Amino acid sequence: MINLENISFDHCIKCTVCTAYCPVSRVTGRFPGPKLAGPDTERLRKKNPELLDKSLIYCSNCKRCEVACPSDVNIADIIQAARCSYLENSFRIRDFVMSRTDMVGGMTTCFSSLTNCLLKNRLIKKVLELFIGLTAKRELPDYNKRSFRQWYGTVKARQHRFKEKAVYFHGCYVNYNDQALGRDVIKLLNAMNRGVIITDEKCCGVPLIANGYLEKAKVNAKFNIDSLKSAADNNGMRILSTSSTCMFALKHEYPGVLGIDNTSISGRLDYIMSYINRLFEQDDIPVLEAMNITAVYHSPCHLERLGGVIDTIEALRRIPGLNLKNLHSECCGISGTYGFKKEYYQISQEIGRELFLAINKIKPDIVITDCETCRWQIEMNTPFETVHPVTLLARALKKV
Amino acid sequence: MKKFETRVIVIGGGATGTGILRDLSLRGIRCVLVEKDDLASGTTGRNHGLLHSGARYAVKDIISAKECIAENMILKKIARHCVENTGGLFVELPNDDNTYFEKLVTGCRDAGIDCNEIPLNRAMEIEPNLNAEVKRVLKVPDATIDPFRLASANTLDSMEHGAVVLTHTEVVSMIMDQGIVKGIRCFDRLGQEDIEIYGEFVVNAAGIWGQRICNKAGIQFPMHPSKGSMVIIDYRVNNVVVNRCRVPADGDIIVPGDTVSLIGTTSKMIPLEKIDEVTTDDDDIDVLLNGGEALIPNISKTRVLRVFGGVRPLVADTGDTRGRDISRGIVLTDHEERDGLKGFATITGGKLMTYRLMAEKTTDLVCEKLGINRKCETHIIPLPGSERETLSDKQTYKSIPETVVGSTRFRHGERAYRILKGDRKNYSLSCECEMVTSGEIEYAIENLQVKDLVDLRRRTRLGMGPCQGTLCAYRAAGIFFETGAADYENAAKMLIDFMEERWKGIRPVLWGDTLREAEFSYWIYQGLFGLGNLVKETKGRGEGVVVEEEY
Repeated sequence: MINLENISFDHCIKCTVCTAYCPVSRVTGRFPGPKLAGPDTERLRKKNPELLDKSLIYCSNCKRCEVACPSDVNIADIIQAARCSYLENSFRIRDFVMSRTDMVGGMTTCFSSLTNCLLKNRLIKKVLELFIGLTAKRELPDYNKRSFRQWYGTVKARQHRFKEKAVYFHGCYVNYNDQALGRDVIKLLNAMNRGVIITDEKCCGVPLIANGYLEKAKVNAKFNIDSLKSAADNNGMRILSTSSTCMFALKHEYPGVLGIDNTSISGRLDYIMSYINRLFEQDDIPVLEAMNITAVYHSPCHLERLGGVIDTIEALRRIPGLNLKNLHSECCGISGTYGFKKEYYQISQEIGRELFLAINKIKPDIVITDCETCRWQIEMNTPFETVHPVTLLARALKKV
Repeated sequence: MKKFETRVIVIGGGATGTGILRDLSLRGIRCVLVEKDDLASGTTGRNHGLLHSGARYAVKDIISAKECIAENMILKKIARHCVENTGGLFVELPNDDNTYFEKLVTGCRDAGIDCNEIPLNRAMEIEPNLNAEVKRVLKVPDATIDPFRLASANTLDSMEHGAVVLTHTEVVSMIMDQGIVKGIRCFDRLGQEDIEIYGEFVVNAAGIWGQRICNKAGIQFPMHPSKGSMVIIDYRVNNVVVNRCRVPADGDIIVPGDTVSLIGTTSKMIPLEKIDEVTTDDDDIDVLLNGGEALIPNISKTRVLRVFGGVRPLVADTGDTRGRDISRGIVLTDHEERDGLKGFATITGGKLMTYRLMAEKTTDLVCEKLGINRKCETHIIPLPGSERETLSDKQTYKSIPETVVGSTRFRHGERAYRILKGDRKNYSLSCECEMVTSGEIEYAIENLQVKDLVDLRRRTRLGMGPCQGTLCAYRAAGIFFETGAADYENAAKMLIDFMEERWKGIRPVLWGDTLREAEFSYWIYQGLFGLGNLVKETKGRGEGVVVEEEY
């Protein structure tokens, strides 16, 4: 079936810049690079879908190829779509579990101490690796006792009292694994006289897309668009996310990969640091105390694709005394669920090596990055605390 | 000067010439083929590659239609790997003459072409990009055929049966003795050598160039060169052949051909002096693109890869001089009968579709003249590569990427097993657009009469994708050098020829992405390699400049 509306591959002039920038093909010969896996073979797949080359499953969907492309080809989207059609007819327990971040999170939060303990057990990890292909070498994120949404119930009334408000799409990670980040968002925005509203949401769909569950991802996308629209419509609120990946999905993958119209919310979407920096630039800055520490900043691939790295850097520069060093733009290698899979673990570590070396050489007091999975990867591979920029700003707030 | 003897000499390496060569060698007759350029480098390689069902002729030319459907069925069996059984549609658009549909159905029934009207929703399922305003749709057994593969497979089979093939060898004169043709004198352009070949019978299968061959034998044989231009779209915008349901006219057919789609065709009479330098003008391109967009509107959004034109060898004996109205029928002329010149026959007219039938008729005549009593078997014995109905198990090639296996098998059919070995060569891609590996290139150089890069393109599709040789041509030139098939100077010359030849087809459509692509190509070949400086010193072998556009 040929869908002529999605023909960005036709604009590829074969310059191969994308492959030069691909972190995966740099470390393994198994992946032929985005040019070949994307536009080149897409042309062949148009001729005959059977000409699908299995090697494209090695794509980590970091989207660095799309940033590099001078012809505006949606390379990673093309690969993801082909990958989905390849994975479509297989049922894999691991991929099923990993892609249901909200369902799994909901279940494990109820028994968080038990699951956290179990997931740290070497034997259990080995069993998981053997049976479902989840690498035993990786540390799995802890699950919180209480979800962010449960905690939010205690501050909800206060948030609604603010005159200016924003809708916060917290995502599964903040809800189940890192509600501290969610609290920091509220702390920071409240300090800037803005209330934080949350609404019903499902997983943004990125892990579903990455694991080939397009139909389920479409259901989630429609749900999220409707829910966010009705929450934000009240008084033209902005819709924020602390996850560069969730935001990228809401903004670009919904229409680009899933073919779902998001125009009802697309004009209101902001990655949180872009929103904050915009306010900072209008001199709407809370009082920040000096922090005499050295921090390194790692820019996540999806934020680079989304655009907004500059906002994070500019906003952090407002913290007095902060010695901020920007790392050379590199992929950390984890790419969401990619680095958790047995078959990609080695590749994922290999990709991140340069980055870990660079961080270790600087020996910072803290590492800052916008993406949750980048944080796991960096914390696992370096001895430094790694936080979201919002957390650092929240820490710098003058204690009242 | 080289001299040798054979029984039959065939002039022309197109579908007809190679078809005759195969027929002769299957009947056990020693034969030599002489081609001035490369196999399928003339009209054979310059058409839209439609495996006619005959429906396009069914209303006006029932004889051609019947020939077509008969050959259609045969080729689907004997040339499986050259044919893609896509099926075809005739679609009636809102402003088309609505009586033509019935005429077409009647014509098809009379010619024995299996056709049936299908509901519009079914048509949109088969061809999702079809113009949504279509009125009626007729399904016919059209398919597509790759003419390069066809000529190559015929040649391969002939050579495996002992025939000799001399490409890049031009006929200089006929050797005649008292009203009998005894052989030919020719010049091998690559070896820079004169050759004399003696034989009992000479067949002129040079197509439109056949008129010049006749002149060399002192015979007047007027032909009407009719030019047809075509436009190539970057990728397959259609799954099946889409014909406009109206009296055949310009720009009324879109044929999927391997990885691309072609919009065909125009029909213009041109003077005989122009047959070596066919050019496509802007009017032709406009007519074709507009016609294509009427059938599949989204064509307006896609990249036009290149244009090319071919010359139909229509015979003028009927007195009618308008291209489309001259019969596409087969004209086999025994010059003993017509001109009193013994040992010489000319086969012309016809179509790619009926090449095998033309070869059969010609070979029957040759056999009669030589007193040989052997029946034709070309309609039964499959071509090399098409031996088996289903290709062997995919598992055999487990370690090689699926795209490479699929593309190689598509091009070489059953013979792909000779290329797809677990060798490193089969992982290293030279042409990334069409998945041509160094292994395939080496195989083609060794087995498929490949003398330069342009020949290689016809055997493998190297350089026929979106980048038009930007990334593969220099790699392939390197392989020519590495394998000893060319010294460094000749490898550089072929690179010049190849890029010149690609450029000829790109130049008329320099806009949009095609223009950007050409810029990039220029950066690489001039900016990086300085190929232009080399052209100043050595002009290339000149063949790329002579050769016209094809796809």
